[in-house]
Amino acid sequence: MSAPEVTVIEDIRPLIALVAPLIGLIGIVWAGEKRRNLRETFTFLAAIVQASAVLSMVPLLLGGGIIEFHIWQIFTNVPLLLRVDGFGLLFACVASLLWIATTVYAIGYMRGLHEHAQTRFYSFFAISLSATMGVAFSANLLTIYFFYEMLSVSTFPLVTHMQDKEARTGGRTYLGYLLFTSLCLLLPALSWCYVWLDGGTVTMDFLADTGKVGEFSQTTQIILLALFTFGFAKAGLMPLHSWLPGAMVAPTPVSALLHAVAVVKVGVFCVIRVYSDIFGTEVLRELDGEDWLIGIACATILISSLIALSQDNLKRRLAFSTIGQLGYVVLGATLATDMGIGGSVLHIAMHACGKITLFFCAGAIFVASGKKYVSQLRGLGRRMPITMGAFMIGSLSVIGLPPLGGFVSKWYIALGALDRDAIWVVGVLLVSSLLNVFYLLPVAVTAFFRTDETEENPGIQEAPMACVVPLALTALGCFVLFFLSDPLLRLVKIIE
Amino acid sequence: MMENAIAWILIFPLFGSVACAILGMGNKKICYPIAVLSMAGSLWAGIEALRQVIASEEHTISYIFGGWTLDQYPRGVGIEFYADILGILITLVVLGVGLIVAIYSKLPVQEETPGKEPLFYTLFLLQITGLAGICLTGDAFNLYVLIEVAALTGYGLIAMGSNRAAAATFNYVMLGTIGASLYLLGVGYIYIKTGTLNMIGIQQAIEANGLADSATMQVAFVLVGIGILIKMAFFPFHAWLPNAYCNAPTTTSCLLAPLVTKVMIYVMIRMVLSVFGVEFSFESTMWVDVMPWLVVVAILCAAVMALAQREIKRMLAYLIVAEVGYMVGGIWIYNYYGFIGSIFHIISDACMTLCLFLGAGLILRKAKTTKFDGLRGLFGKMPLTMTGFFIGGFSIIGLPPTCGFFSKWYLITGGMVSQRWEYMVVLMFSTMVMVVLFFRLIERIHLAVTESGENLGHGHGDLGLNAEQTRFDEGPLSMLIPLLVSATIVIVVGIYNQDVVSLIEIFLSDYNLPRGTGH
Amino acid sequence: MFEGGGIINELFIERLNYLIYVVLLLIGLHAMIAKNNLIKKLIGMSIFQTAIILFYVSVGVKEGATIPIYLPEHDPHGSHASHSDGNETEQSNHGPVVLDAELVKGYSNPLPHVLMLTAIVVGVATLGLALALCLRIYQGYGTIEEDEILAKIEKQEMRSNPSDVLKSADSSKQATSRSAKSVSKPKVSSPRSSKRSKASPKTKAKTTTTTTKAKTSGAKSVSPKRKVAASKSTTTGSKKSPAKPKTAASKSTTKAKPKPRAKPKAKPTARAKATSNAKKATASKPKPKTPKK
Repeated sequence: MSAPEVTVIEDIRPLIALVAPLIGLIGIVWAGEKRRNLRETFTFLAAIVQASAVLSMVPLLLGGGIIEFHIWQIFTNVPLLLRVDGFGLLFACVASLLWIATTVYAIGYMRGLHEHAQTRFYSFFAISLSATMGVAFSANLLTIYFFYEMLSVSTFPLVTHMQDKEARTGGRTYLGYLLFTSLCLLLPALSWCYVWLDGGTVTMDFLADTGKVGEFSQTTQIILLALFTFGFAKAGLMPLHSWLPGAMVAPTPVSALLHAVAVVKVGVFCVIRVYSDIFGTEVLRELDGEDWLIGIACATILISSLIALSQDNLKRRLAFSTIGQLGYVVLGATLATDMGIGGSVLHIAMHACGKITLFFCAGAIFVASGKKYVSQLRGLGRRMPITMGAFMIGSLSVIGLPPLGGFVSKWYIALGALDRDAIWVVGVLLVSSLLNVFYLLPVAVTAFFRTDETEENPGIQEAPMACVVPLALTALGCFVLFFLSDPLLRLVKIIE
Repeated sequence: MMENAIAWILIFPLFGSVACAILGMGNKKICYPIAVLSMAGSLWAGIEALRQVIASEEHTISYIFGGWTLDQYPRGVGIEFYADILGILITLVVLGVGLIVAIYSKLPVQEETPGKEPLFYTLFLLQITGLAGICLTGDAFNLYVLIEVAALTGYGLIAMGSNRAAAATFNYVMLGTIGASLYLLGVGYIYIKTGTLNMIGIQQAIEANGLADSATMQVAFVLVGIGILIKMAFFPFHAWLPNAYCNAPTTTSCLLAPLVTKVMIYVMIRMVLSVFGVEFSFESTMWVDVMPWLVVVAILCAAVMALAQREIKRMLAYLIVAEVGYMVGGIWIYNYYGFIGSIFHIISDACMTLCLFLGAGLILRKAKTTKFDGLRGLFGKMPLTMTGFFIGGFSIIGLPPTCGFFSKWYLITGGMVSQRWEYMVVLMFSTMVMVVLFFRLIERIHLAVTESGENLGHGHGDLGLNAEQTRFDEGPLSMLIPLLVSATIVIVVGIYNQDVVSLIEIFLSDYNLPRGTGH
Repeated sequence: MFEGGGIINELFIERLNYLIYVVLLLIGLHAMIAKNNLIKKLIGMSIFQTAIILFYVSVGVKEGATIPIYLPEHDPHGSHASHSDGNETEQSNHGPVVLDAELVKGYSNPLPHVLMLTAIVVGVATLGLALALCLRIYQGYGTIEEDEILAKIEKQEMRSNPSDVLKSADSSKQATSRSAKSVSKPKVSSPRSSKRSKASPKTKAKTTTTTTKAKTSGAKSVSPKRKVAASKSTTTGSKKSPAKPKTAASKSTTKAKPKPRAKPKAKPTARAKATSNAKKATASKPKPKTPKK
């Protein structure tokens, strides 16, 4: 993915995108609980500044350059370095644009439910977005590790926002999984690369050091690959996925942005980075033991879809759906072909847009009617037509029907599988799409076509405007992304 | 005055303590400013000395008291202070911690030991004198005396607490005396064999006379080693530490916990590298094979015991024992990175332990307890205190960008280079234990829910806007600011780790340590 | 290395000093670790330190040598007296030798002795401090037997369970008042503490129990209650309190087991009487404690 001949531009804009939420944080804390409008203005401003900084870098990237910003020399060889390439920028765009949507949505949601401790909520939200930008723009493994940990810790107060027993359990699982994997799997892997590559002079840079892992023996490479893959547990690969459903105790905006977009996508983003920029596709393809990773990804996709079928709690169902969709991304990356990785990259964007719509809808339903379970949704389509319509669109996008975004990414992943002559993977994709249909469509169908006799129909009762507008916009985004797929691929230099 | 900076490091606290003892009889209030001022003066002298050491050609300064010089008299005549970069760095840690704790001490000392301020500050300053002297002295016997100076004042400081503290101190006296005496015995054997007590002289004698295989020296090495291990509370010898530290008055535990064990680890590095020499310590004894396993056991047990505690200070005390294991391990995995890790961990562990104990002191003052169950919902009341405390906790866990991450990184790297997998695994294990420990605390402090699950209010549905919740109730500024400063130092040392590490590298470049990356 | 009786000769004739120092060292160490009485521990500590002093002094000893001050016939300049100690110190390696090796033989090395001067000072300071601590402990707990102190600490901790701490801490703002309380607590609540003792035998059994301790505690108790219990036990041999009389009779044969249980009962009473040292002393005399050590 990283073409060696590129013009490097020193620019401070990545840092602005990184720091904007932190500056906003000061304003948020200063405004406090008493001046909520001011506080939310700060959040909004930070989001806008971040998004515009990110978007303003797009033309530069399309022009063939990459942007670097050197923050700090953190180790003898390894700098804390920000670098914007197409892949990172794409992810940053998705995260920052959806943050704006989420900010609007959160205002409606949090006020609609009279949540407590909203200042804390917005503060840590801002920090986690800063960390997300950091991951997106990291230029080497250590930098990415720094921001990865920052994200883990800063989302903990968000996950346990409710401060009750359920939140405690969820928070424990969340941190337990994430810190265990990052400290016990990832750190040794990093240290290993740092010590043993090139006599300890390697910087683990994504651009300069691609494929150097090839120096190691096959066994070592496989161990490293496993350490990295499972070390980034935010990717939710199957044995280490339990934190994600647990984290659904968080308020819906958190679930929506962090656990459909930022956190989990940071996980798969890191995995793709390691696969394509630390190992490199050639090294990866020559690795004998790499097939089992494809197997694990496929297993994750199928098993999580089956579990999702049995979930009645809407948010939990969506959570398992997310695990499955993350499986697609990892699958695309493990295929180690350009098409596969392209599909993965696209799927990050497509799934983010679709899944955030679904979460927004789930939250809107909760705000408007207090309903959390799929079985309670009968007749809701009449009361909340916009919400349920958006839910329908989101579902279709996640399932992967044209002309919605989800179709394109799955298509590329399938192409990648064909490049590897792995026909059975295509089969897995088909089966899982079918399962997606089974667990997502009934929700919308129940809402629209089943009527609830016990309740009289009070007419249209949508959630507050602040909730409805963002979800309508993201649903629209699913359409737009379908047509944007070519420019996106050009951005990440999969196609010229 | 400038050229005597090394002497001034000790003169300030030494004469400060005398001043406290004398002037304090008249006016108790004068002791606090004297202590703060002499610590500040000493720190200034320490920084000046660091500058001189870095500027000097050999990166060492040899300072012989009384105006005697090396050209007039042979080495070993007169009292020599020998400051290389390592010594002066650790001295600075001692002085910095001392200054911060001195500032912090104003209220706790008044409240916990009313009327005893002159005594307290006299001992406080003598303690600093002893610790700084340990770091700077160039003489094996003077080291013993200074260890005892630090220990005796430490006993006094701890015993100022409750009756319980007195009982704990008695144990400390017993074990501490055994440790120091064994060290003295070891020095005796060294003297028999080398005929000198000067550290450099000993090293030269070992090299010149080929004493590496001498049984006497081996015995001396073991005796000195065990003595130091007892003093640093290495696992099987840790029994004195938890009780002493968690029953001591707040200020005492803040001062001793970050310093005493770390300074003893410094002594171990000094002994291994500069006195016995690398070849003797690692090549001609079998300890290099045995110690890593002892370290593994030590870290494991200490971590598990920490897990069993239900009280912050006691938990922190066991964490110190575990951290001692880290650092000893860093030495005995025997390679360049391990030593960087150990030395850097001395610095960073001092910073983060300070931060945690200062925080614990504030918590104790507000919540009246440091038992876990008394901490619920404290974050809402004292967010700044808790933030500082958590930063210390994150550093112990080893999350970037706190200094704890970097020291742990070098230690892991060292284990990787020496292929000491057992050490790495146990590091990982204890890291996880620390995650559990601190997030258990964070959970309690952050969530308002009891162990049985009942909600103590301000949960869902409560607007969280009621008056008592938004009212902050932080500790007094004279305590809060030192805490925040130490939390900042934890992060700053992390961010500027390159500068510290490059100094350590200058120090280590004099010694022939394996780098072992195979290229 | 040594043939036949060589090693005996080496150990007992040539190196007797060193043998003695090792034995003293071990005696001291044993006393410091195994003795239950704090004062005995301190005695052990002193022996331990003295052993090391003996070691150093043995190192420095030289038969027929004199103090290291220039004898008039050796003094090269008549004004170099101040240098002499330095020269002597470095005799083995790099000291510039002003005197011939032959001449130096007549002087002994002062350094080990001088070092011990410092070590003795340190030892005295440690001893003084430790004695002060003993005093403090005695004031606080009314005993200097380690197992009894541990038992009392245990009891205090049980009394102050978390919820109590919260409540009580509010009233006692300062540490001093807290510590004062802890001192006064046991005195006030002797009936309560005896009740609690039921819960604590477990922990007490853990603590090191030697026969001497039980005896002394038994000896201390002068209260009528205790006497009754003792007399009862001799007849019935019931589990609770028989320990004391039995152990008193057969000193070292019957060991720890029953003792810890009996102790708690003795404690409250002993504490109540703690102030009257004289009584205790008289009470302890008749018991067969003296032959013990």
